[in-house]
Amino acid sequence: MRVLLSAQQATFSRAGEPVFQPVDIEVCGGGMTVIRGDNGAGKTTLLRLLAGILRPSSGRVTRRAGISFMGHGSAVKSELTCRENLDFRRRFAPSRSGMDTSAALARVGLAGHGLRPAITLSAGQKRRLGLACLLVAPTAIWILDEPYASLDDRGCGLVDELLASHLGRDGAVVLSTHQRLPQVKPGAQQLVVKRFRALS
Amino acid sequence: MNLNAMRALLLRDLRLAIRHGGESLMPLIFLFAVIILVPLGIGPGPNLLSSIAPGMIWVAALLASLLPLEQLFRPDLDDGTLEQWWVGGRFPVSLVGIRLFSHWLVTGVPVIAFAPLAAEMLYLPDGALPVLLASLLLGTPILSLVGGLAAALTLGTNRGSVLLSILVFPIVVPVLIFATGAVSAAADDLPARAHLGLLGALLILAVTLVPLTATAALRLNIE
Repeated sequence: MRVLLSAQQATFSRAGEPVFQPVDIEVCGGGMTVIRGDNGAGKTTLLRLLAGILRPSSGRVTRRAGISFMGHGSAVKSELTCRENLDFRRRFAPSRSGMDTSAALARVGLAGHGLRPAITLSAGQKRRLGLACLLVAPTAIWILDEPYASLDDRGCGLVDELLASHLGRDGAVVLSTHQRLPQVKPGAQQLVVKRFRALS
Repeated sequence: MNLNAMRALLLRDLRLAIRHGGESLMPLIFLFAVIILVPLGIGPGPNLLSSIAPGMIWVAALLASLLPLEQLFRPDLDDGTLEQWWVGGRFPVSLVGIRLFSHWLVTGVPVIAFAPLAAEMLYLPDGALPVLLASLLLGTPILSLVGGLAAALTLGTNRGSVLLSILVFPIVVPVLIFATGAVSAAADDLPARAHLGLLGALLILAVTLVPLTATAALRLNIE
């Protein structure tokens, strides 16, 4: 299976000091890696590093396919409606296999909410809208920061379904999570991020 | 970075500006507040007003362009849409350029469009109007660019607006001097070409350097 995303001894330094201990990672098409670690261990920093938002201060990160990144904020504009948010994402990164806006909204359980301004959505619904963004502008690599955060049980189930179908299409996934592990077959590789210097 | 992404961002920025309505009209309201209030304060004599008109219109345009700067990148930083520009290891100069262009469309263009009315209200000699418009056309993009750079630099600081104004003012002083110099010269029937030429040179410098440096500054702030 083709390696889509890899990192060799990669780390990111803030104020001259590495945030986490150097990481080796290799994610193939159809493969998933779950990043675990304590609060403040550097999970989000690692994900942003893998997504290309940050540049490694040492080591190397190699990406061989398009990337989607969903961070804490879900990258949703609250002044725009759900539909406008998705239309923007589709136009921002056009791809031929992108799901239709209405279909994507229905898939994440927001059917009928298309004309609602995103500011009126609950945290969980915003998360769902963020997931819909992954569907309208599909890429091979998904990097998801705490995708289960603020979602109810059905929402968590939805994330698992989306992950399973993405992996089934030979996509690659890297995600971080606190409590829940993705219930997707085959099981995911796990990687524990450790702080570079333990808190005293 | 492809043209689709640039077009999508421009259309979304303009849509957001329309949706903010009143906030987007602030620069224009500000311009007219100054132009209506100053004559009330110093007296409405045509001779006095026509001699201070170039400076007043330009100072108002300058301050008006500063108003929305704080909001240029911050909402995008807060909701996570800014970091999306970097996903995939890109260096999004073109997107930063589009954002600055849309700032000019929203703050600079309305001021240019209503400048003839402002000029009329302040008894600016008719012959100076084309030069006033030319100076605004060359100068307001510089204000947006320099302001955008300052906004990018101060994005990481709390209450960046004070720092932002301190950063912007010294850099835009030459713009103010050459622009008002051009309009005053035209009002006195003197050639204004030299002033406008220098403004053009400043614009070229800003267009060349600012998107690159602002992108680098933003990158520091999202790290």
